[in-house]
Amino acid sequence: MTAIHDIVIRVAGESGEGIQSTGILLAQAVARGGFHVITYWTVPAEIKGGHALFQVRLGDHRLYAQGDQVDILLAFNQEAYDLNTKDLREGGLLLYDSADFTPPETGRWRQVPVPLTDIAKNQLKFELGKNVVAVGVCSALFGLPTQHAERLLRDRWQRKGEEVVQINMRALQAGIDYVERNVPNREEYRIEAPPIRPNTIVLSGSQSLSLGTLAAGANFFAGYPITPASDVMEFLASELPKTGGTVIQAEDEMASIAMCLGASYAGRKALTSTSGPGMSLMMEALGLGTMAELPVVVVDAQRAGPSTGLPTKHEQGDLYLAALGGHGEVPRIVIATTGVEDSFYQAINAFNLAEKYQCPVILMSDTVLMMRMEAIEKPDLNKVEVIDRLLFEPNGHSQVHPEEGGFLRYAQTETGVSPMSIPGMPGGQYVATGLEHNDTGRPRYDPRTHSTMTEKRFRKMAHAVLDAPPPDRHGDPDAEIGIVTWGSTMGNVIEAVDRLAERGLKVDAIAPKMLWPLPDHQLRDFVMNKRKVIVVEVNYSGQLAQLLAARYRNDLVRLNTYGGVPFKVADIVNFVESEVAQRV
Amino acid sequence: MSDLAEGRPAELTIDEYKSGEKPTWCPGCGDFGVLNAVYNALLAKGYNSKDVVCISGIGCSSRLPYFMSTYGFHSIHGRAMPIATGIKVGNPELKVLAFGGDGDAFAIGAGHFVHAVRRNLDLTYVIMDNAIYGLTKGQTSPTSMVGFQTKTTPSGSNDRPLNPLMLAITAGATFVARAFSGKPKELADLIVKGIDHKGFAVIDVFSPCPTFNKVNTFKAYREEVASVPANHDPSDKVAALGLANSEHPLYTGVIYEDTGVPTYEESLSKLHVGGEENRRKVIDGMLARYS
Repeated sequence: MTAIHDIVIRVAGESGEGIQSTGILLAQAVARGGFHVITYWTVPAEIKGGHALFQVRLGDHRLYAQGDQVDILLAFNQEAYDLNTKDLREGGLLLYDSADFTPPETGRWRQVPVPLTDIAKNQLKFELGKNVVAVGVCSALFGLPTQHAERLLRDRWQRKGEEVVQINMRALQAGIDYVERNVPNREEYRIEAPPIRPNTIVLSGSQSLSLGTLAAGANFFAGYPITPASDVMEFLASELPKTGGTVIQAEDEMASIAMCLGASYAGRKALTSTSGPGMSLMMEALGLGTMAELPVVVVDAQRAGPSTGLPTKHEQGDLYLAALGGHGEVPRIVIATTGVEDSFYQAINAFNLAEKYQCPVILMSDTVLMMRMEAIEKPDLNKVEVIDRLLFEPNGHSQVHPEEGGFLRYAQTETGVSPMSIPGMPGGQYVATGLEHNDTGRPRYDPRTHSTMTEKRFRKMAHAVLDAPPPDRHGDPDAEIGIVTWGSTMGNVIEAVDRLAERGLKVDAIAPKMLWPLPDHQLRDFVMNKRKVIVVEVNYSGQLAQLLAARYRNDLVRLNTYGGVPFKVADIVNFVESEVAQRV
Repeated sequence: MSDLAEGRPAELTIDEYKSGEKPTWCPGCGDFGVLNAVYNALLAKGYNSKDVVCISGIGCSSRLPYFMSTYGFHSIHGRAMPIATGIKVGNPELKVLAFGGDGDAFAIGAGHFVHAVRRNLDLTYVIMDNAIYGLTKGQTSPTSMVGFQTKTTPSGSNDRPLNPLMLAITAGATFVARAFSGKPKELADLIVKGIDHKGFAVIDVFSPCPTFNKVNTFKAYREEVASVPANHDPSDKVAALGLANSEHPLYTGVIYEDTGVPTYEESLSKLHVGGEENRRKVIDGMLARYS
């Protein structure tokens, strides 16, 4: 049999049963062993009860997608078995907790009972240790050297004392022993361990993004709890006060964004995080941010809508809202992160752009990405560049009468960016306003003022687009087939491009990080020069495709999925192949 | 009454706080009296205009920041409170005053009002209450009386009016006062007291709209208002609710004050276990935790 290079392990059971902690421990243990790892996790919208799964894909090479098929399924109960065996590949391995149920032999996969509950409860007298037993079972299957999981357990529980460490060690060993005694012929799951990568950290998309905001200098957060964005708020609530920063739980999302605008006006670097319903509520105040020219970052962790929709499911449905939402002409910047590592850097880019261009920046992530864990290279903070807003030089006068030559907060400049004052600066007094205004900030409704100020706001965007972060590129630059995608879907596209290359089909893929305004210098040649361009996104209407079509060409081919789950790599591969076949 | 001259540098006049922008209000509008009282209150405090921020929502009265030489934020309808919260928490050193009308505070902004009140930020919120929507040319407001006829309620309003003072007290406000634009000296004094109060000060001001409200007029208020009894103890919440609830007369003055509640910014700053200098250390610590 040929050597395998990656494997997908899925742990499934009742929500609240420790599915997530099993998966996280496993992901962290395999990362310590040098493996690449990427996780996929879905939960029901309810707190306890309902079906949950946590999937760990590990390999000896960089991984970009969650894995199309499950190689090893660990089912904690009957329901987990019923719902997940459809994803278990032919000839895969089914492990099931024999305390709960005994599935019939189907012959389609290999199945082995694992008495997880029995081992934990009766053998170890440590019922809570079921998850650690499960980690032992999984790691023994693909041959993770024991010391990595052991060191992880020690790091994790050392603070609780040696006794707690030891009982967890015994639980781990019990899982390993069980597999070694009862699961012969494990070679087919074994992956050659890659060299240890010492500079690796394991974190989720939301943790990476949150760390990025810290690195960017964020010092004010106001937000309202919403899935899947609350993790950012919870992270910052514990970390920001350590840097003198503040987190406020607001009464609603309208208040969250307004508090951020107020804090930004007062000189803070402010952000909020939300998902679709909250984004909808923020639209009016985002217009105020554009009009008053205040830097602010809004994280939109997209989930499936419309309305309350599918609160814990995946969709890329907010692009129109982020780019174009709101009344009037309301230019703003939209940045999308494509991966866990990228989330750190795009959070910094979002802040830098907001500060430099004094406007709201929407930072788009999505359910899959927020919840995904990955082993990434530790960011080098010395390479992080932080940009601060252009400040007015106080002139020493405390009193300003604008009609007598006061501070020109909205002075016309070549880039549209005007020096900004902060309350407390003598001579910088002005009124930030949502009304159309002249260069001193006074309300004026004459045609010339509205025209020149509209131009000023859009001129900033024309300059900001030149600061667009570089896009992700993957594949053969000379390929005639191009794929444009955005957000976490780029991971699935990258793996599809590689698989197509193995099958002799050259494809070139691009994922812009700045989605609005469209970075023409990054996209035009790509979209115009490929023979065929396929736009891949997790929505029905093809939101990026529409924006590209309006700008470039109307024969773009769309590939969409809209079931609340991400693409499978095979779906993209099959689609591209059928598109190519259609030509003849 | 506090001395309005207290703390005033000799050379200051109210011109220090005027912007030169001409007020947009109708002749005879109650808001002129409020604006003058604000000038006088700031003069009494002797503040440097660079340290003051005037925040408002949308409505006739919300234009007030433009007529000030201070920093200002004329925001959007109903959101003066969260904007003010961000500014005050963003820089607690600033002297923050918020302004708005009854529609801004108690209709579209009612959700924010109660939460701003219960947080007890150290700021002063002056509500110019004329029981009408003026800027949109005369529709019923949350403080309009039952039966009040406007273009949107041609048969008279069915909605019972909201009592701003009782709302503020029960939501946990630590300073609640009522004033009348027709009693400018008392109003200025109450604004000074609101500023001096360490916590959230709500001042509901009868500020008649001569153009669209022919019921709640200067004349009508003059006949109804009376200063709070000299023996009223503002720390007595039940007594305060009694005064707030009275319709005849309508009491002006400090209705309720609780000086024992920490401000929001104080409570937040107690959470700070370090400053900006810690940022690198915090991030490095997090990175180590994920290794």
